[in-house]
Amino acid sequence: MKGNPVIRANDLTRRFGNFVAVDRISFEVHPGELFGFLGANGAGKTTAMRMLSGLIRPTSGTAIVLGYDVYRQSEAIKRSIGYMSQRFSLYEDLTIMENIRFYGGIYGLNAHLLSQRADEMLTQLDLKHQRDQLVRSLPTGWRQKLAFAVAILHRPRLVFLDEPTGGVDPIVRREFWEWILDYVAQGNTVFATTHYMDEAEYCSRLSVMVNGRIAAIGSPLELRGHFGVHDMEELFLNLAASTGT
Amino acid sequence: MDSIIARTLSKTYRSGKSETHALRGIDLDIPAGELFGLVGPDGAGKTTLIRILVSLILPDQGTASVGGMDVVRDYGLLRRRIGYVPGRFSLYQDLTVQENLHFFASVFGVNADEQYGSVREIYKYLEPFRNRKAGQLSGGMKQKLALSCALIHHPSVLFLDEPTTGVDAVSRKEFWILLSQLRSQGMTIFVSTPYMDEAARCDRVGLIQEGKMLRIDTPSAIVREFPLTLYALSTDRMSRVKADLSGCAEVRSAFAFGTNYHLTFYTEEGPRTCVHLLQQKGHSSIRLEVIQPGIEDCFMYFMKEA
Repeated sequence: MKGNPVIRANDLTRRFGNFVAVDRISFEVHPGELFGFLGANGAGKTTAMRMLSGLIRPTSGTAIVLGYDVYRQSEAIKRSIGYMSQRFSLYEDLTIMENIRFYGGIYGLNAHLLSQRADEMLTQLDLKHQRDQLVRSLPTGWRQKLAFAVAILHRPRLVFLDEPTGGVDPIVRREFWEWILDYVAQGNTVFATTHYMDEAEYCSRLSVMVNGRIAAIGSPLELRGHFGVHDMEELFLNLAASTGT
Repeated sequence: MDSIIARTLSKTYRSGKSETHALRGIDLDIPAGELFGLVGPDGAGKTTLIRILVSLILPDQGTASVGGMDVVRDYGLLRRRIGYVPGRFSLYQDLTVQENLHFFASVFGVNADEQYGSVREIYKYLEPFRNRKAGQLSGGMKQKLALSCALIHHPSVLFLDEPTTGVDAVSRKEFWILLSQLRSQGMTIFVSTPYMDEAARCDRVGLIQEGKMLRIDTPSAIVREFPLTLYALSTDRMSRVKADLSGCAEVRSAFAFGTNYHLTFYTEEGPRTCVHLLQQKGHSSIRLEVIQPGIEDCFMYFMKEA
């Protein structure tokens, strides 16, 4: 039932001068997984994510994402994935509807499909009456929800989320994860980073990066057993504590 | 003696036709020597409140003072007596660590070498990098440099705007230890954070949402104010819990909390009904037990109530 992996990385490495940001990481992510990608600041998460999404070239090693090679087919990867960045990725000076149209255009949705998806999205977000408001005027939680909705406008089979819930209020933060779980339940794959360790528990599997390497990988249940910890926070503190900043 | 006082502070931002009510009548009485945490999500008004208290913006209504100095009238004096670490890294990226420290010392009219004692505890981590440009430091080091520069003139009150946002769990823990050390030296500290779990590290916290204070109290008193019995639920099928309980009229609230769900009920029979329903829907290994609420439980409760 697993099918071909959505992501398959082998000895993936990236150096910046003498500094090895990502050091021979190997792992697979399968269809329908919610994969948590944890690590301390500077552990190499963002660099690894940028390689996997076709934004920067690896120094060595291989990675296949949605069947495409990260060296030769990075443009195909960018077209196929969804990506939501750490900080707000919408245009604040455009209205909600203008943002949707802009991103729909970038991903090549035709007018009919675009208006249908926009309707669905605005209904689900309960933003129908605000469609002509500037994005700048929306509260942060709503913006983040809209950013996620826009990132999956073209229904990508794989979505990268880089700290999607930073600073979001606790109720919206939980709604947000319910959406992510819904999207995964539809057979899609989500690859997410977070600094909230309670959110790590919702992942089907996760990895913890320490100094450019993967120090632990598995389901929360497996990791609790293997490392003898109560929760992912304890695991994270144990693994990341030795590194310092 | 109260160090930070605010009375009915309000602030509205206007841009074209749209209005944002950033603060709606904030009152504060923070005694000298307290470690006070302002806890709330983005957009709650945290930065606006801090910027008024450090005299960078003017309130529309209300008054505030820090150490007896009015934030509007006495701003010149006030600025020499407080330290401020803004949310965005605001040091000079192309000056070295040492140059930044000396620059801030001279702005405040003090001698960096003579003042070294007041920052030694933090600056010692930066010594090995003193000739490195600030822009090339790691996130944790940048934060320590910003703190050193804010402390170089030995302020009596320190304001920090979200120093731990986007910072990993380990570095956050270390940073709070630094703040506790400063507090034990008698400094008044006003720190904002979106992380609810950090509230427990403060003497008192203000929970802020949509420009209003939901509560101001010690973390333990806030927890005691939670008026309901809180339960933690776990089963062998956690991903189904929310959907399977959605039809249960006795459930008042259900929020995911990592490995558990936190539940409250309308009636005393609620817990039994809920377990029965979950059994019917095929859950096993069901554990439902009464637990102490945390600040995040309280925040969500007061938020819904407001």
